[in-house]
Amino acid sequence: MEITMEYYLVISTIMLFAGIYGFITRRNMLAVLISIELILNSVDINFVAFNRFLFPGQMEGFFFTLFAIGVSACETAVAIAIIINVYRNIRNIQVKNLDKLKD
Amino acid sequence: MNFLSLFVLIPVLMLCGLFMTRNMKQIRWICATGSSLLLILAAVLTFMYIGERNAGNTEAMLFTASAVWYAPLNIHYSIGVDGISVAMLLLSSIIVFTGTFTSWKIETMPKEFFLWFCLLSIGVFGFFISTDLFTMFMFYEIALIPMYLLIGVWGTGKKEYAAMKLTLMLMGGSALLLVGILGIYFASGASTMNLLELAEQHIPEVMQRWIFPLTFIGFGVLGALFPFHTWSPDGHASAPTAVSMLHAGVLMKLGGYGCFRVAIFLMPEAAKELSWIFILLTGISVVYGAYSAIVQTDLKYINAYSSVSHCGLVLFAILMYNETAMTGAVMQMLSHGLMTALFFALIGMIYGRTHTRDIREMGGLMKIMPFLAVGYVIAGLASLGLPGLSGFVAEMTIFVGAFQNADVFHRVMTVIACTSIVITAVYILRVVGKLLYGAVVNEHHKQLTDAVWYERFAVIVLIIAIAGIGLAPLWVSDMIHFSVDSLWPF
Amino acid sequence: MEYTLLILLLPMLTFIGLGLFGMKLRPAVAGCIGTLSLAVTALLAYMTAGQYFLMPRVDGAYEKLLPYNFDWLHFTENLQISLGILLDPISVMMLVVISTVSLMVHIYSMGYMKGERGFQRYYAFLSLFTFSMLGLVVAPNIFQMYIFWELVGVSSYLLIGFYYTKPEAIAASKKAFIVTRFADLGFLLGILLLSFFTGTFDFEALTSGDTSVFSGAAGVTFMGASVMSWALALIFIGGAGKSAMFPLHIWLPDAMEGPTPVSALIHAATMVVAGVFLVARLFPLYIIAAPEVLVGIAYVGAFTSLYAAVVACMQTDIKRVLAFSTISQIGFMMVALGVSGMGGHEGTGYMASMFHLFTHAMFKALLFLCAGAIIHTIGSNEMSRMGGLRKYMPVTHITFLIACLAIAGIPPFSGFFSKDEILSATFSFSPVFGCFMSFVAGLTAFYMFRLYYGIFWGTPAKHEHTPHEAPKSMTIPLMILAIITVFAGFIPFGQFVSSDGQPYTIHLNLGVAIASVVIALIAIGIATYFYKSKCDIPERLLNMFPHFHRAAYHRFYIDEFYLFITKRIIFNCVSRPIAWFDRHVIDGTMNGIAYVTQRASVLIRGLQSGQVQQYAFVFLLGTLLIVLLVVLI
Repeated sequence: MEITMEYYLVISTIMLFAGIYGFITRRNMLAVLISIELILNSVDINFVAFNRFLFPGQMEGFFFTLFAIGVSACETAVAIAIIINVYRNIRNIQVKNLDKLKD
Repeated sequence: MNFLSLFVLIPVLMLCGLFMTRNMKQIRWICATGSSLLLILAAVLTFMYIGERNAGNTEAMLFTASAVWYAPLNIHYSIGVDGISVAMLLLSSIIVFTGTFTSWKIETMPKEFFLWFCLLSIGVFGFFISTDLFTMFMFYEIALIPMYLLIGVWGTGKKEYAAMKLTLMLMGGSALLLVGILGIYFASGASTMNLLELAEQHIPEVMQRWIFPLTFIGFGVLGALFPFHTWSPDGHASAPTAVSMLHAGVLMKLGGYGCFRVAIFLMPEAAKELSWIFILLTGISVVYGAYSAIVQTDLKYINAYSSVSHCGLVLFAILMYNETAMTGAVMQMLSHGLMTALFFALIGMIYGRTHTRDIREMGGLMKIMPFLAVGYVIAGLASLGLPGLSGFVAEMTIFVGAFQNADVFHRVMTVIACTSIVITAVYILRVVGKLLYGAVVNEHHKQLTDAVWYERFAVIVLIIAIAGIGLAPLWVSDMIHFSVDSLWPF
Repeated sequence: MEYTLLILLLPMLTFIGLGLFGMKLRPAVAGCIGTLSLAVTALLAYMTAGQYFLMPRVDGAYEKLLPYNFDWLHFTENLQISLGILLDPISVMMLVVISTVSLMVHIYSMGYMKGERGFQRYYAFLSLFTFSMLGLVVAPNIFQMYIFWELVGVSSYLLIGFYYTKPEAIAASKKAFIVTRFADLGFLLGILLLSFFTGTFDFEALTSGDTSVFSGAAGVTFMGASVMSWALALIFIGGAGKSAMFPLHIWLPDAMEGPTPVSALIHAATMVVAGVFLVARLFPLYIIAAPEVLVGIAYVGAFTSLYAAVVACMQTDIKRVLAFSTISQIGFMMVALGVSGMGGHEGTGYMASMFHLFTHAMFKALLFLCAGAIIHTIGSNEMSRMGGLRKYMPVTHITFLIACLAIAGIPPFSGFFSKDEILSATFSFSPVFGCFMSFVAGLTAFYMFRLYYGIFWGTPAKHEHTPHEAPKSMTIPLMILAIITVFAGFIPFGQFVSSDGQPYTIHLNLGVAIASVVIALIAIGIATYFYKSKCDIPERLLNMFPHFHRAAYHRFYIDEFYLFITKRIIFNCVSRPIAWFDRHVIDGTMNGIAYVTQRASVLIRGLQSGQVQQYAFVFLLGTLLIVLLVVLI
């Protein structure tokens, strides 16, 4: 069986919606963070797939994916730092408790 | 580089210098040197300007220079002066100079205070030297913003409220102004922002009719146009001394100058057509401010309302639309700037001693602090238009000019404006009588001391300027008159 | 006559010098400097007068000289103010009057003000006043006159309020300034109108008699009167304010709160006649352009003189009596100007007015200085505290008597000649008017002798220490002024000053002269009978008309009326509502806008819950919605 582009796209779509669902429903900030990672990775898969199947001669998709992975690593680092600080301040990491900025 | 840029450069250098200061002595040294340099520069500029004119140079703007700043929108940093801006620059430099000396002993965060003060000066000087609409607007904003912090942090009384109110109202004005400026730019063909070039491009009258009110009110808010003047009493009352001086003395003139330079100069047809509305409003300002001042009990409120009245006269004269009245308007700006700065300086000094500004709680200060009291009397006499002091010259020029309009409406408004000289006498003499004469009301006041050297210095400089213009007005009047004449082909 | 500039410069420099450095000098030194500088000024004024009146006449009239005139300020092409010196008969005459009285007052004050706090300041202000008054009379254009007019007002304000710790003095100075300022508004508007239609400020052009000057005003009317009438009437309002004409007289009696020499100088001899001088200055213009205004001036003057004379009869404060007497006498001068015509015999009134101005300045200054000497020793202004002073103060007594005889119009004292000219001018205007003015003249004699007997005769009041004659510095000016008062009547005044400049020989109108002397003698007789020794007739008379007496004593409640207008109407019905309106309506609107904005933002803020997941959900829905829209459309 030949694995066509659609397979990749289906997987990435499932990942994306899982991520979005997780982002909206999870209470724990770490879980929210993981959901974001899911979304990002689904996009990465898309990039790579498109590059591989539609523009085989070029490398932009791969490089962009590499950048995205790098950026998401940084973002995760920052996010976890924030989460740790939030924990220090309010002793939990429930998302619903974080609405102080509205004031 | 054109030497006019020094007016902006010197405050910028002062700003940089202030960042590096570590103690009060250095701060004072930098401020005193910088403001003296500015004063000297303004004096030199005046002499050079008059020299050029005497040599027969009849161009509208002298010492012009221009540098492209943002080409796609035709924004240039273009500068130049005529008689009107020279007068204003002279005024600003005198007030910045004396303002520095009145804040000689400021205690809370002196460095930050003077930093903002310098930024304010940059805005003011930049505004008066610009001939480009956009640059002008930018400097205008630069002058407004520091006011918020200066009042909010160093003020007294309801300072947060006053600072917020002042800033919001003035920002509201400048929002109208921005729309007006964009309107002017696009209505005139979107090819230039330079004032002189804009004046040659005719703005269609349909456009003028809605741009004119926008710009006039926009600047008018700063010029205490009724009913947009209410920031002034609260703002002045809460501001620290030097800021009150600079604000009433110079910043309010930005409004008058802007109305003159932008609103009337660029849109003469609409100005003539719509002037009656604004003549009514300014006429009300003149009398209304004076009547309100009669019953106030806070020294600064009295002076703020008096400023409403006097600045109303400036806008009133501009709208009279003839060269005599307009010359008078500029002279009134000059005169009122000096006079009100003197008033605020003295009020600040008195407040610094008695810790009250309520005239009911003071009395007999003539005996306790004769120098300040005499200064106050002189300021009062200037305000009520005593010949020999600047107020008289300006007011008379305005009245004679306004009276040249021969129709009944202008006549009636002129007569109404003239009555303000009587009302002014009432409130000035009331304060002088209550505050300075009579018996000492508060026993504690007997231990108070008279002015010290830096205070005396500031007061004397201002009095000399007021008397100088009042005794020999011809050079100022001619300088302004020439420019008014060359700007308008009446 | 280049030195005339010094006449102005000397007092001004003295003012500046004493004002800046006076406090560093010893009081006596400051006084001497002031007096010396004024003595020089007076000498220069006499020189000017001598030289001017000895000049050959041109076409029978004295030439008008303009030794100085420099540009001061430009308004329009035509309207330009210049400051200068104009010498013509009346300005030279005024120079002499002002410098003489001022010099006397300077000398007198050395004694009177001795030991007062602020002695140096006093002399500085006196110099300022003299400077402004001299500048006023030599003004070659109406705007310079206005400039000095204002300066005179301010120096008067400063001098009335000299005792600045005394509440009455502060109130009086404020009142004087504001009332005259109100009148000056009229003056200013008059100047604006006049200059707009004539295109000039210059007296020379205005009074040349050339009607083309105001041809611009021809046919322009406002509310039924021609513009020129309006302008000149407004200018007269200015003059009426300074000259204390009814109903703008209210400041003058209160102005007596100032030091007495100041009253002598400013409120008797010089400043208060500025209005008369102003009308005289513009007299040709009044005659040609607005004769009806001139008649109005006559009526105002006549009414004022009667009113003030009646009130003077009831006052008990000697300075107040003198103040009302001044108002009454200025009324006489105004009447004389009002009834005058132009040229020759017609112009008697003009000449008489100036003549009376001259003699009145001398004898009224004398009266005030005598009053000062009395107050100085008694320490009170009230007549009830005086009586029988003739034994203690012989010099003051004699000089006061001379002045009283002069003002009553008894020959050969100066007042007789000038008043007689005024009366004959009014008689030739209308006999009824003449009789009226003669009656007022009789009243004058009556109240002056009431004052005289009240002070110097009758039973002496109890004094803490025996009254004594004033020091030499005070009595010498009294004697000099008394001598002038005795002999000034014989000056052939008409030779120097007349309406058209031609010499005019004064000849006594015998009928009028005899009648007026008889009236004066009768009035003096009545006063003698009433007041010389104890007599109950005045008491009984007063009891017969209690309301009239009370009303006259309270100056017919004019002051109360003004007080009502200013305190109740201006303060409470205009200013307070305006201030309230400003704080609550206009400021309230601004605050209201701010409040509404704030409330609106609180409402909108509900959308921003702070829940990140909620935001994300809305975001997602929004995206889907847009996608759907794009797809569907």
